[in-house]
Amino acid sequence: MCQVDEEYQEELERADGPSVSKKCVKCKEASAAVVIRAGDTYCRSCFKEYFIHKFRAMLGKNRVIFPGEKVLLAVSGGPSSCSMLSQVQEGLSQKAHKKLRFSPGIVHIDEGGAVGQSAEERQRKVSELQAVFKATGFPFLILPLEQVLDLPSSVVETALSPLEPPPSAYKAAVDRFNQTSSSDYLPPQEREEKSLPDVQKSHTQLLQQLMGSAKTLTAREDLLNTLRQHLLVHTARTEGYSKLMLGDNCTRLAIKLLTSISLGRGAQLAQDTGFSDSRYGNIISVRPMRDYSAKEIAFYNHMFNVPAVVVASLDTKTSEKASIQRLTESFVTKLQTDFPSTVSTIYRTSEKLQTACRSSSSADHSDRCLLCVCTLDTAVEKASAFQATLISEQLSQTKSLGCRNPGQSPGGEDCGRATSGGGCCSLTTETTDLKSLLCYSCQLTIRDMSSVDHLPLYILSEAQRRQRRAQMRDEISEFLLDDGDEGIYREV
Amino acid sequence: MAAPIAVHLEFGGGAELLFNGVKEHHVTLPSQSEPWDMKQLLVWIQRNLLKERPELFVQGDSVRPGILVLINDADWELMGELEYQLQDQDNVVFISTLHGG
Repeated sequence: MCQVDEEYQEELERADGPSVSKKCVKCKEASAAVVIRAGDTYCRSCFKEYFIHKFRAMLGKNRVIFPGEKVLLAVSGGPSSCSMLSQVQEGLSQKAHKKLRFSPGIVHIDEGGAVGQSAEERQRKVSELQAVFKATGFPFLILPLEQVLDLPSSVVETALSPLEPPPSAYKAAVDRFNQTSSSDYLPPQEREEKSLPDVQKSHTQLLQQLMGSAKTLTAREDLLNTLRQHLLVHTARTEGYSKLMLGDNCTRLAIKLLTSISLGRGAQLAQDTGFSDSRYGNIISVRPMRDYSAKEIAFYNHMFNVPAVVVASLDTKTSEKASIQRLTESFVTKLQTDFPSTVSTIYRTSEKLQTACRSSSSADHSDRCLLCVCTLDTAVEKASAFQATLISEQLSQTKSLGCRNPGQSPGGEDCGRATSGGGCCSLTTETTDLKSLLCYSCQLTIRDMSSVDHLPLYILSEAQRRQRRAQMRDEISEFLLDDGDEGIYREV
Repeated sequence: MAAPIAVHLEFGGGAELLFNGVKEHHVTLPSQSEPWDMKQLLVWIQRNLLKERPELFVQGDSVRPGILVLINDADWELMGELEYQLQDQDNVVFISTLHGG
């Protein structure tokens, strides 16, 4: 008795004493193995049930994935995405209670070139993952990040999404699916062996140059995320998938939320951390793991032998203050040890964020950021905080802004000037012009780059295209009828 | 005098990068007068096994936040965390959750 009192006085947080076995709160018989959240103890089998059930519930609650749809799983090899892969496998298997009903494919993007891994390390990691993917039986693709340099500029254009189906369509689709397919489970197709694409050294060098042009680790990580997203969306489009599943877990999303606010991405929070993200139009990204904390995933993977690979990233073994992302991560994880409800509180806050319904008529491309493809948040009125930062930036710049935009006529002359990369005039013009096409946080990322010339061609050419269009619009603006005429544009 | 204790250590989730990539370690803790507890084990690991960057594994008395510890396949929070006394043939697993997904 005395001992219990002592414990209570010292640590108000801890409820349990030094006893070894606690009972599972669910089945109340087996001894507990895991502590989830603050004080819920589960035994192995109840934990497994809980874990599997949460995945189904997440997909079922948000009726975004329709039966029979092709869904691309983005697997980085880390614990969350491998856990997601195993849950999908589990859900699609014949004996599952309430089977999942979509056709998955797997894609893995090998970022070793950007992170500085040697060719042998990359090869080793890729072969490990290949073995894991083959065992699942789903069609898979392994792409090097270098392929992002060859993307077409259609990636950063927003494709018009099909009209939002009404809520009743989901139920109807499910009934239809159940009636038509008698043999529900398609046997895994034997795909012919796609040999891994060889990565040319020159491409890797270009990629490293691009990463090297970002001066801060924060900007580099942001850039890497953007490039990875572009490549994923492009792959989904070309391979005929309509949905993309990302493996972000609760802890990572909580960190991402706080990081995004620090990076100036407050306007895009709902899309960055919500369950579904429809900024790319015809490809919708979903995050089914967003309810799982990193701890739950790590436990499950260890206890039930889910194969995962350790993936080195840009901030591996860096110090705490190396980048904003890293700092936020250490802040949140530290807070989480003392206050186990930190991550879930942040998560619940992020659930309340919703994207304001944008009218689908704003398919005008210049309304979107060039890099992150979210709606621009920089078109605000004069007395806003954003304008204040612009003014203070101008006042504090020491070099004269003598190189104004010369009056350029649209067409060939423009291209020549922008890509020649000659004197300081064109470079300043280019940097300034890119800014007008970017949202606030992407502007900050670009500002941290020593030169924008290393950006992949598709980004630069799309930037020029938009600039030309903007100039054209300015030139004929006096001849355009006013806003009431948007209806005519829509039908075209 | 307590007898030397044989303990099986495992590192996963990226923590093995601090131990030369070696995931499994069978170690024998030398005998000492008091029984070994987790706190002392961490000090021992830091002194004998940790190859680099101790601040990425240990923080103060305990492990760095974000590293999970399992003792015999159960969460160490259920076992008393740092106060748990090690027994012979125990299995301790350290999993880092700080490496993406």
